[in-house]
Amino acid sequence: MKTLSPLDDVPVFTTRIADFVNWSRKNSLWPLPFGTACCGIEFMAVVGSHYDVSRFGAEVVRFSPRQSDLLIVAGTITEKMAPVLKNIYEQMPDPKWVISMGVCASSGGFYRAYHTVQGIKSLIPVDVYVPGCPPAPESVISAIIKLQEKIFKGETPQQKLLERRRAAELSSRAANEA
Amino acid sequence: MEYLFQLEKQLKEMTSNDSSIAVSASKTNPNEVIITAPPSAVRTLAKILKEQKNYQWLMDIAGVHYPERELPLEVVYHFFNKDINRRVRLKVAHREGEKIPSLTPIYKAANWYEREAFDMMGILFEGHPDLTRILCHHQFVGHPLRKDYAATANQVLERPLEYQFPTAPKGSEIDDDPITNVKNTLNLGPSHPATHGTFRWFVELEGETITRARTEIGYLHRCFEKMAETHNYNQIIPYTDRLNYCSAPMNNDGFCRTVEKLFGIEVPPRAQYMRVVLNELSRIIDHLVCIGTTSVDMGALTTFWYCFRAREDTYTLFEELCGNRMLTSITRVGGMTGDLTDPWKKKCLAHVDFLQSTVDEVDALLSNNKIWRGRMRGTGVISKDMAIDYGFTGPCLRASGVELDLRRQEPYYDYQKFDFEVPTDNNGDNFARYSIRLREMRESCKIIRQALEKMPPGPTQVNNPLITLPPKKQVYSNIEALMNHFMLIIDGVKPPKGDIYSYTEAANGELGFYLVSDGTGKPHRLKVRPPCFAIYQSFEEVISGGLIADAVATLGQMNVIAGELDR
Repeated sequence: MKTLSPLDDVPVFTTRIADFVNWSRKNSLWPLPFGTACCGIEFMAVVGSHYDVSRFGAEVVRFSPRQSDLLIVAGTITEKMAPVLKNIYEQMPDPKWVISMGVCASSGGFYRAYHTVQGIKSLIPVDVYVPGCPPAPESVISAIIKLQEKIFKGETPQQKLLERRRAAELSSRAANEA
Repeated sequence: MEYLFQLEKQLKEMTSNDSSIAVSASKTNPNEVIITAPPSAVRTLAKILKEQKNYQWLMDIAGVHYPERELPLEVVYHFFNKDINRRVRLKVAHREGEKIPSLTPIYKAANWYEREAFDMMGILFEGHPDLTRILCHHQFVGHPLRKDYAATANQVLERPLEYQFPTAPKGSEIDDDPITNVKNTLNLGPSHPATHGTFRWFVELEGETITRARTEIGYLHRCFEKMAETHNYNQIIPYTDRLNYCSAPMNNDGFCRTVEKLFGIEVPPRAQYMRVVLNELSRIIDHLVCIGTTSVDMGALTTFWYCFRAREDTYTLFEELCGNRMLTSITRVGGMTGDLTDPWKKKCLAHVDFLQSTVDEVDALLSNNKIWRGRMRGTGVISKDMAIDYGFTGPCLRASGVELDLRRQEPYYDYQKFDFEVPTDNNGDNFARYSIRLREMRESCKIIRQALEKMPPGPTQVNNPLITLPPKKQVYSNIEALMNHFMLIIDGVKPPKGDIYSYTEAANGELGFYLVSDGTGKPHRLKVRPPCFAIYQSFEEVISGGLIADAVATLGQMNVIAGELDR
């Protein structure tokens, strides 16, 4: 956040509204764990007491896509599951982000097989990929931190899309008024 | 041998001297008898085996494709008799398109196994109530485990499956009248927290009571068996990790034991004891995950933290031993990847005490908890007969009052030398399954202590250049060892021609591997008999008539793991 140094005795600081919004977004991610396989179990370890993802403000795990803004695809996505994943993603409100956890979700992994989707990028856009089979919980936490950095800078495609929509709305309103 | 002749004679008498039925002994298992028969005799034989010879378990049905043979398709049935500890393997070779009589009227377990054989191999079963695809999606064309189906030929699904319950015939109890009918149908899953990610149920509800249920599986069908056919034996081990990913070392062990048995070798004593330690450690964490996740579903989040804490420490031990936390790949055909050290042993002993105290804590948190007891007692009741008919094994069977544990029934790896008990319970409800798991964890702690104490010295791999890699020092210093290493990596181990069904007691029950080898470095066919498959098959029947909230508890305590269910 681009803050001016707060005056010593006044609990006030100044910032830009966009920065403030991004700052709050980054620190209150509500993940939806789309856990299908081994990575899903490992994600439980990330949420569990030892690794404790709540230190990074992302512990409110929601299983309803309508209440979450971060989709963590943890596990192999099969052809049978693919339409379901797409559906879930479309039901999430904007802005939304995706972490592809593990090689199966990222590229199909070592399942070069007839019933395994070869990477979820053919279904939904992905913001951060996490390698590993399954990734160590530390890598997942690192991915969350990476995503937070991206969100704070407003760099993710989702945020840019929102900005463009906003700009278009403003300009059309201005045109109407003129 | 005597038993074999007796069985042969009896079968001949009962089938009026049918010359097409042949009985022979198994080369790999002294307790096993192999029968070959034509399709027309299948139902008669199954009836005789079940009703007169007391083969109450139908363990598995596997399809095998031999494109070069005159009769290219083969169905292989595995029957099991607990009282005399005998197994029968029935092989039925047949032509393309020929129909096999379904065994669903005799064994309930046959239902899903036959559907799977149809889905994977295109074997047709006559008289099956619902011969539809089970693992592949409903728009899939062709049968993927046929030899002419390419492993990489993906088929995209456009729309998910929708299911409607069939309308009931007039006069039956199920009311289909749109005016008086107060029933709702509900779809749960596959992405639903209570269905653990990949299971899908369609339920018909009257209020909160389930009147009819249908389960849909296959959302994690990632083609283990096809992958096994395209990889070397040692390359398959990482794939086996991902069957039951909550207790990976047990799958490694089950698979390697299968190949070793086909070779006719036994791993050195130290490797055996190492495997025992790892198996029991993973049995404990499997049970802990099962109880932990069920308690989350029931709203008891605290227990989950306790369970996962202990599991985390076990993973640290695994990591120290083999480099990976969860999916260990720690065995090789003919032994282990490495050896364990004395400091590790000490840590492990200390950890067992911690595990034991965790079990006590979980016990104290849940066993006398009023809500937990209310939710678990009397829900999801499975009777003894039903459990056997569906082919149950493992803790779920023992909770229904059958004392069957392969570690006791047919001890392997010196299990007969350890002092442990096989707990059973007669209630057959969720609470019984929960308490069986608790007691089993305590027994496992006992076994680990004994195994660590008695751990013999010596090598951890067999000394056979055709099976195990030479020591690295020799590879870098002489040409023979280098060539040996090269050939083993490129071609892999080559077990002799033949087929084998091998089984171990995994955390959920009998984990069986049916392996057909054609003498090359890759298996011709590898069929897994996952314990969950039989158990989850009963789910529709178990939850019907109960509350929908109880179905969640039942699923949790059945401990269905998608990885091994769908493979």
